[in-house]
Formats: sequence, C-alpha cells, structure tokens
Amino acid sequence: MKTYQEINEKIKSGRAVVFTAEEIIDYVEEKGLEKAAEEVDVVTTATFGAMCSSGCFLNFGHSKPKMRITEAWLDDVLAYSGIAAVDLFLGATQLRHRDPANMNYPGEFSFGGGHVIEKLVAGEKVQLFGLSYGTDEYPLKEIRTWVTIDDLNQAVMVNPRNCYQNYNVAVNCSDKPIYTYLGKLEPNMGNITYSSAGQLSPLLNDPHYRTIGLGTKVWLAGSQGHVYSEGTQHASSCERGENGVPVEGAGTLALTADMKKMNPEFVRGVSLKGYGVSLALGIGIPIPVLNKEILKASTVKDRDIEACVIDYSSAYPERRGDIVARFNYDELKSGEVEIDGTKIPTSPLSSYSKARKVAGLLKDEILNGDFLLSEPHGMLPPDQGMSGLEIRGKE
Amino acid sequence: MKITKRIHFKFPPKAAEQPVVTRLVRDYDLDVNIFRALVNQKEEGFMMLDLTGDDINISRGLDYLNSLNIEISDTNLGLQWNQEKCTSCGNCLTHCPTDALHIPDRNTMEIEYRASRCVECMNCIENCPFGACYALF
Repeated sequence: MKTYQEINEKIKSGRAVVFTAEEIIDYVEEKGLEKAAEEVDVVTTATFGAMCSSGCFLNFGHSKPKMRITEAWLDDVLAYSGIAAVDLFLGATQLRHRDPANMNYPGEFSFGGGHVIEKLVAGEKVQLFGLSYGTDEYPLKEIRTWVTIDDLNQAVMVNPRNCYQNYNVAVNCSDKPIYTYLGKLEPNMGNITYSSAGQLSPLLNDPHYRTIGLGTKVWLAGSQGHVYSEGTQHASSCERGENGVPVEGAGTLALTADMKKMNPEFVRGVSLKGYGVSLALGIGIPIPVLNKEILKASTVKDRDIEACVIDYSSAYPERRGDIVARFNYDELKSGEVEIDGTKIPTSPLSSYSKARKVAGLLKDEILNGDFLLSEPHGMLPPDQGMSGLEIRGKE
Repeated sequence: MKITKRIHFKFPPKAAEQPVVTRLVRDYDLDVNIFRALVNQKEEGFMMLDLTGDDINISRGLDYLNSLNIEISDTNLGLQWNQEKCTSCGNCLTHCPTDALHIPDRNTMEIEYRASRCVECMNCIENCPFGACYALF
C-alpha cells in the first residue's frame, strides 16, 4: 500500500519507478503482481484521437475604444460570445461560415473550430471579426484584427467529454458507402473502423475509476491540467466483461488545461469527409500504484478488451442496440477480422503510435520530477446510466 | 533488356500540344500505362505513368521528352505523404488498394508510405482527417 504523498515524495527525489501501460504488462508478468506492486509507483496511460466535445475559452483583452462583442468569428469560424464583453468560447466541431457542409455530398469540411484551435496552439495568427450593437461604455460596433495565442490574456481548453473509456466499432451493412465520424465505411461490410488506444487508454486501465477522479492531474497535449468533472454522457453502469472492463462507451472525462502551454504535435484539427470537423488530442493520465488491485487493472491487454461492432447505416442512426459482432483490440489491431466467414479489413481512427509517444513523454516528465500526481477530491459516479432524448409535443 | 520504369512528367505549356504518348508508343516501341494526367495547353501539364520496354528505348524516349523541355522525375511526385502531418491514425489503411500506406509493425502501429506501390487512386486524400496526403495535380 502506498499513498499519493509517498509517491510524490519519490517523484520529487527522482526515485519513482514508472512504466507505461504497455511496458507494465510484461513487467508484472515477469516479476509477479505482489513484487511489482511494491516496486512500481506510477503507470502512465495515454490516448490520441478525435475528441469532439472539446473547445476553449479565450479572453482577448479590451480594444480601444472598448467593445462588448455580441457576435464573433475566428478565421470565419463562429465563436460563442454570450459570456462577457471580450470572452469567447470556440468549439471544436464548429464549421466555417458558409461551409457548404453536405450540400455537395460528401462535404469536404476542410476547416473549422478544431483547425482554429490547432493554429492558435501552433502560434499562428488568427483573424478575429466581431460585431456589437454598441453601448455607452462599450461604443465600438465592429472589429477586425489578427491575434496569436500570445496576445490573449487567457486561452484555456475546456473539454466537456474526452477519453471515452471504450468505443463502438463501426461497419456499414447497407449497399451504399456511408461517411461517418468513424471514417468512410464501404458498403456490404467492406471495412471496419474503431477508435481506442486499447491497452494504453486511461479509463481502460482504471475500469472502476479507483484513481482517476475529480481533480486528477492530467497531461493534456503537453499542458498540465486536470479532470474538472465527469465527462458528458458518462455512463458507468454499462455492460462489462468478466474483468470489469466495459465493452461499450462507458465512462468519460471532462478535462481542462492552459492552452498556452500545449504542444502543437498533440492538438490537431480533424476533417472527416461527409461528417464534419473535430479536434484530435493527445492525453496522458498517470495511475498511481496505491495497491496491487490498481496495478492489476493497469496490466489489461488488448486481447482482454472487447468492443461491439455496430451498423452505422441503420442501428446507430436509429438508436437501436443491435450488435453485429464483438472483437477484442488484439483482433482489431491485426488489420483483419472475420464475420460469417468473410474477412474484413480493419483500421483505427485513434493513433496508437501517438498514444505510445504520449505515455512515454508523461513517464519522462514524472521521472524528471516535473509532473506530480494529485489525489482526487471526489470520484466519478460508479453506477450511472445515460438517457436518450424523446421527441414529444408540449402537452 | 525489358524493364518497367515509373515516371512523373511535368510539361511546359508548349509541350502539351505534342502527342508525346503516341510518339513513345510508335517511335520507341514502349508500353505506356498512365495512372493520372492533367494536360492543359494554357498551363503546365502533369502525367504519372509506367513505361515498359527495352531499356535503351526507354532511355531514347526520355531523351525525346527532354528535347521538349519536359521535366522528368523517377520519384513519385504526384502523390505526397507528409510524415509530419500524419498522426498514424490509420484511417487510410482500408482505403489504400495497394498497401502503399501500411503498418509494418503492429506493435508500434506507425504508418509507412511506400511511394513505389502508389497508383495514385487518391483514396488517401479523401480519407485522411489530417490532410497528410495531397496531390501536386
């Protein structure tokens, strides 16, 4: 048994023993759980992928004369201004003004909120265009100027839902190609796509949320941030395998961090043909080895994590629960699976190689004493469902 | 000796008026397999093709093209893969018909691009979420 304080003392003195969630698998197999639990202090987990429900609050400072911005666009992407005079919220999935979207199906969606966030983190200039009705103390009615992230007083990423614990695997059972947030799906089950870092993924290594909770410090694209809430659609009371690992979406995290300290390699705008825009993020979360049960959970392997194949041409859009098949991530990562005797090529949409890199970078920061762990001040809801939206009349 | 050579041509505006493919077939006895071409008399033109034939004839055919100020490159310039922009997400994999984009090691899951296998179908451009694949024409 170890405490957060003991682990942090070891990190500060450069004596912490840290493994990535990939490395720990072989280490525990070799040393045995008991001995490894005594030796190892931290396991670093990570993921890199498209994470809708991301965005940022930006404070621009006051122009001269002052302006109370009521409508605003950053590089022609609408930002929400109903917060305060010069505070804006820019969302990852916001399209650019006059993007034809799917009017020319399938739409290109070459630029949107996620790309503006990428540009800001990369230090590039972004155009602010704002309108207002003018007030006595805020007389300016229109502004057009160019800013970089360094010009902003604050740029804080605030993501209501990141790090889905597990995720659907997508297939198309119809006879036409479809374009989804899991990529282009060829007709008649022509391909299968999935999106999870599997054995590296944060919440798959802590399936019952024993260490990852409210206030947990996280590595959000290189910036030290934290979990500020359960993520939206957090649904912990899901179906789980014998090992307690969910076989569907399940838990999610709401994360925040200072965007000025982010590494542009891990903040990337995403364009998905026929679907829209989003933002891909690299996220690392350390798991403190407080006891051997926590360590055991972090040794989960790709072959022990199952995910459900859903038909995105019918079952998904119609909100039905039917499942085409189930595969584990070892099978999905192999590049080919078999359904009813037919071999189907598989491809991921989350980058396992970038997740490995993040887990390694976080490990290095902890080893160097640059990243201390924080004890959660509250835990994520352990048994919570998710309801749908009923379409009904007013009465 | 009979060989196949993959060539990328860039035509200056005037050369686009010449029936170069016909000349390569008729005068130099070459088989021509065009993957992709863009020829416009007012602008530059591009062509990506395989030439098959006697190595001496290929060499003479290329001399003929040189005489028209056509820029010849034997590296694949038609389709570019930007390693920096590529996140190795893998969304291209099931759409690449020749495995030019592939994962050599399933443990690290890093994408590798083999230009020699690319037939410029452009599927990767359509499917890359990060704009890592793009075409010069």
